[in-house]
Amino acid sequence: MATQNTRSIARFMMAPSVILLLIWMIVPLAMTLWFSFQNYNLLDPTNVSFGGLFNYRYFLTDPAFLTSIVNTLLLVVGVLIITVIGGILIALLIDQPIFGQGIVRILVISPFFVMPPVAALVWKNMIMHPGYGVFADISRFFGLQPVDWFAQFPLLSIIIIVAWQWLPFATLILLTALQSLDGEQKEAAEMDGANFLSRFWYLTLPHMSRAITVVILIQTIFLLGVYAEILVTTNGGPGYASTNLPFLIYRTALLGYDVGGASAGGVIAIILANIVAFFLMRAVGKNLDK
Amino acid sequence: MARAVSTRTKAIWTVAAWIVALIIFFPILYTIITSLKSEQEAIAGFNLIPSFTLESYGEVQSQQNYFKFFMNSVIIAVGSTAIGVLIAVPAAWSMAFAPTKKTKDILMWMLSTKMMPAAAVLVPFYLLFRDFGLLDSRAGLTIMLMMINLPIVVWMLYTYFREIPGEILEAARMDGASLWGEIWHVLMPMAVPGIASTMLLNIILAWNEAFWTIRLTTTEAAPLTAFIASFSSPQGLFWAKLSAASTLAIAPILIMGWFSQKQLVRGLTFGAVK
Repeated sequence: MATQNTRSIARFMMAPSVILLLIWMIVPLAMTLWFSFQNYNLLDPTNVSFGGLFNYRYFLTDPAFLTSIVNTLLLVVGVLIITVIGGILIALLIDQPIFGQGIVRILVISPFFVMPPVAALVWKNMIMHPGYGVFADISRFFGLQPVDWFAQFPLLSIIIIVAWQWLPFATLILLTALQSLDGEQKEAAEMDGANFLSRFWYLTLPHMSRAITVVILIQTIFLLGVYAEILVTTNGGPGYASTNLPFLIYRTALLGYDVGGASAGGVIAIILANIVAFFLMRAVGKNLDK
Repeated sequence: MARAVSTRTKAIWTVAAWIVALIIFFPILYTIITSLKSEQEAIAGFNLIPSFTLESYGEVQSQQNYFKFFMNSVIIAVGSTAIGVLIAVPAAWSMAFAPTKKTKDILMWMLSTKMMPAAAVLVPFYLLFRDFGLLDSRAGLTIMLMMINLPIVVWMLYTYFREIPGEILEAARMDGASLWGEIWHVLMPMAVPGIASTMLLNIILAWNEAFWTIRLTTTEAAPLTAFIASFSSPQGLFWAKLSAASTLAIAPILIMGWFSQKQLVRGLTFGAVK
């Protein structure tokens, strides 16, 4: 029985979290919005004036903006394709009766715990380096010219690194979903003579669809913000070839000292993220009702 | 009826799974191996057997003061987690045991704050931190990481608390337990595993956070993420040193991660997949 007293205590207990988060969200949000309409450069901080839509026009017509949007989307979609398909296949593989399943699981999820700068620098120097990397060693073994990954395929190289980091996450979630599949159903389908493919298509895949949706949505949120991997490998280059939207905002703000321009970029990034968030909230919200 | 699996089939699947697992794990394995080589060995071509020298580990400490960055990481990750849990436990408790019509909306709103792209608020936070003297301070970074992970902490605790049967609390109340007595003697013992899991996941997330930790620090408060990022401009032979620094940076969290697989699924999907 929830009395009036319990209810006010409950409200009191919730207050610190809610108030802190509210401040933490609204203050910077309001500042970003405000700065986006100002001409404000950190090199000349006394000369701030109202700029109207100038910053938006500047940011949206900057050729780097279009490149960065395309790169952001390629990065998100590329990594999603690799991790979802790879994740399903690896989850199916680990779910088979195998020796040492626990250790296999541990090996497969490990990359997820590697901090982004380590993951990116290890791939850059130990694996993809044109002189001393493992890929170069393999190429030379077959008598081929080693590929200079970050010079020739900068964005693809970053996609590979980020996919390696997120493949474990997709695998782990899909495996969790797979293992909750009712064994009796599987056996019944097997007895009825359904082969592996039709069992996968009509039984396993529909069962995993929720988990796949969750993987796609959660990864998208994180993938829209990829930053450190770019910073330590290509630094956004050559030119803008591997610059995504967060990286462009960082460049504008802390390398160009352009507070107004970076804020306009920030507002655009928030709008993009909100479109994705809308779908995620619906998916998670449905679960709450259950 | 248990499925009969022939040893042969099992052996084939086992080999396939192990090959895939080892390929995925290979970059980590090779980093550990390279960290045990000398710099000359490290660039001498593919070789899985190192000379087991600890030279690079010594150099990372003596030349770059590795321990300082390590301690910054520990302080920031553990500090932000402890403060976050202290603030989140009461909120999650009241949401789980005294839900109102607004509880779901508040939870969804908290989740939505996670979706604000960090880069979008880089400028205001940078200026605020500068004006409050929090740039390159452990306190500033601890607050930042505490706040960005607070929604996940509240959510995780909420999903754990929701599984504690409410009847037990009712019974305690009947026995005349006060509200705080209820929390300390009845709820806490049942909630400790959930709180521990939440803390574990949060430490992992805070340890690996690589946007604010790099952008808001320079030297004094820089944690391992910023230290490793400084290797992005190579100076001479640094393969073995990079490997040693990387191994040290990921080892503690890798081991913690292995113990938190289940919680990871739950925490990062906001309870949508269990």
